[in-house]
Amino acid sequence: MSNINDKIGQFPRRLEDESIYIMREVAAQFERPALLFSGGKDSITLVRLAQKAFYPGKIPFPLVHIDTGHNFPETIEFRDWLAKETGADLIVRYVQDSIDQGKAKEETGKYASRNVLQTVTLLDTIEEFKFDACIGGARRDEEKARAKERIFSVRDDFGQWDAKRQRPELFDMLNGRIAVGENVRVFPISNWTELDVWNYIKEEKMEIPSIYFAHKREVIERDGMLWADSEFLNKDAEEIPFETTVRFRTVGDMTCTAAVSSEAADLDTIIEEILAAEISERGARIDDKRSEAAMEKRKQQGYF
Amino acid sequence: MDILRIATAGSVDDGKSTLIGRLLYETQSITKDKIEALESASKRKGLDFLDLSLLTDGLIAEREQGITIDVAHIYFSTPNRKYIIADTPGHVEYTRNMVTGASTANVSLILIDARQGVVEQTARHLSIASLLRIPKVVVCINKMDLVQYSEARFNEIIESLKPLISNTQFEGQEISYLPISSLFGQNITKKSDQMNWYTGESLLNELEAYEFANQLSQAESRFQVQWVIRPKTEEFHDYRGYAGKIASGTFKVGDKIRVLPTGQESTISSIEKFQDKLEKADAGESVVISLATDVDISRGNTLVLANDLDAPQMKEFSAKICWLDQQALVPGKTYLLQHGVHLGKAKISQIESRLDVINQTVETDIQSLKLNEIGSISLRTAQPVMADAYEKNPANGSFILIDEFSNSTVGVGFLN
Ligand SMILES: Nc1nc2c(ncn2[C@@H]2O[C@H](COP(=O)(O)OP(=O)(O)O)[C@@H](O)[C@H]2O)c(=O)[nH]1
Repeated sequence: MSNINDKIGQFPRRLEDESIYIMREVAAQFERPALLFSGGKDSITLVRLAQKAFYPGKIPFPLVHIDTGHNFPETIEFRDWLAKETGADLIVRYVQDSIDQGKAKEETGKYASRNVLQTVTLLDTIEEFKFDACIGGARRDEEKARAKERIFSVRDDFGQWDAKRQRPELFDMLNGRIAVGENVRVFPISNWTELDVWNYIKEEKMEIPSIYFAHKREVIERDGMLWADSEFLNKDAEEIPFETTVRFRTVGDMTCTAAVSSEAADLDTIIEEILAAEISERGARIDDKRSEAAMEKRKQQGYF
Repeated sequence: MDILRIATAGSVDDGKSTLIGRLLYETQSITKDKIEALESASKRKGLDFLDLSLLTDGLIAEREQGITIDVAHIYFSTPNRKYIIADTPGHVEYTRNMVTGASTANVSLILIDARQGVVEQTARHLSIASLLRIPKVVVCINKMDLVQYSEARFNEIIESLKPLISNTQFEGQEISYLPISSLFGQNITKKSDQMNWYTGESLLNELEAYEFANQLSQAESRFQVQWVIRPKTEEFHDYRGYAGKIASGTFKVGDKIRVLPTGQESTISSIEKFQDKLEKADAGESVVISLATDVDISRGNTLVLANDLDAPQMKEFSAKICWLDQQALVPGKTYLLQHGVHLGKAKISQIESRLDVINQTVETDIQSLKLNEIGSISLRTAQPVMADAYEKNPANGSFILIDEFSNSTVGVGFLN
């Protein structure tokens, strides 16, 4: 492909129609759905789709944020702004509370993160509110284990996913019937790629958290990647923070989301960079690198 | 930008994973870290080349068995199109997955190993493409490198396909044949330099050029209501909008419509997509339709044009069915029937026949239909179903059966 701009193309509008259809099915088929909001571009896209699906009505389910306490402050600020802007209900639950209750144990060491602990808080939150459907922003292009994920993915009482128990999904018909105690994870943007999401954000002129754009930040270098310096990051003596211009490709915890060196200050440049990308999106999350099958294992344990 | 959906099928080891990997690789859809992971995994396996098949090999369970067991979705795009591949496994026992993967496909891509030629699976795939009325089939004769890129061998295979195709091809179904080598990238995204005798296109060019004119827009207009929007806010006090996705045809502001099954009539006063007001909307679009008068409409009701007097409403009908569940279909048992978003009870009155997909023969006097079997059944439903014949209008002609107790999706039906 000689010219990168040729490859950017446009957002395939049909994807939006399909995702809106899924949002409406969730509202219609479940009694207590929720939208799991992480603050990242994928969940921001979900909020936009939900807003469109029910307009001029209000989004008929709450946004739920599992706050690890290690989020970028920009993410939290953005979350609160978005809830206000869309008029959606916002529910926040804290990993710190799960730790204080002795339900989750803080990891130690250099790679300590709260990414895995989120699962505990999430499952408790699902139980607290008796959510029967949780909408998430996972995409099938992100990772091999997700390539087979259903749009309606059934989980048992313990939030576990079983590859063999997943229902076939034919045409656009979604079967959301579940037994008591079960719940469903719903992935309305399953068929979108990272580029689709960025093109959509651009075409829709959506607001996104500032950390997606190039900015100056104190970082350390580790394993050939750049990590935001923060009180939550366990550093070695030789890991000395320095200031440089970076942006984030994905918004996770400060402890496990690597930054990329970038001068991209607007969406067009970001999209160009993605196309020229050296590294796929999930590669920038340290917790996945631990093992090739990490994602599937985690999904079996009830992760989004 | 449009989306072309492809279902791939082939027997194990025909080279499907390699072909898909090759398509991704040559359209530059693989990032550097993934290529690196591929390199190290290939090395671990003791290979001296990039094993592109590893790109699409997913679940842990599969890795243990060394086979693909489910439908995997793979994405790539060109400046022209977004492509979604539903990769379905080639085993006999997984007809279910093949039907699932093919249900949304515009194109069925069938692989044949040039050394082996036509096998049982080839018949199965053609048969499923026909059942689902996939408008285009691309037959790829793979591993041409292992038959010295022989034109004679290629022609021989095509010749042996003819009797099969004459059984499965329906009017309007396009079929093309390509000689390829996935391993060596011959005729995948560029024309082969080894097969000058082949005058056709490369696989990618064939896909790029395929015009899948919106067949659904030309079918009768059908709109199922998913959700009724009633904001009850100051600003939208009396607002009542019917949200849904247009299954087929076109709806315009001012169209006189009828609601099924109630039979009430009204006129479309507005069609909206978020804050945009549209004059008309086509098949595939998710919109909100408002009507000029107050009518009683709930989820699962269907809007059709008022002058469409043949719009279907049935409580008894026959259908072809593919059984998807371990537990066999039992005549006389009550299932839930979901047509689009409409859910109701249905009883299978009778299994009329079973289709032998390999030999294209029909067996009658059948007591049950087992997992992966395809048959014809007759049904009765508690409430009217507003479905068309699948042949006439695929978007409004299929349904799924759900087991009331296990909640599993146990069958998929295609109305006769
Ligand atoms: N010589 C040759 N080998 C091929 C070709 N395509 C695939 N293979 C090999 O055939 C074997 C099976 O391929 P794979 O893609 O895993 O098949 P699948 O089971 O259909 O997904 C592997 O060893 C491939 O390297 C080809 O075009 N030529």
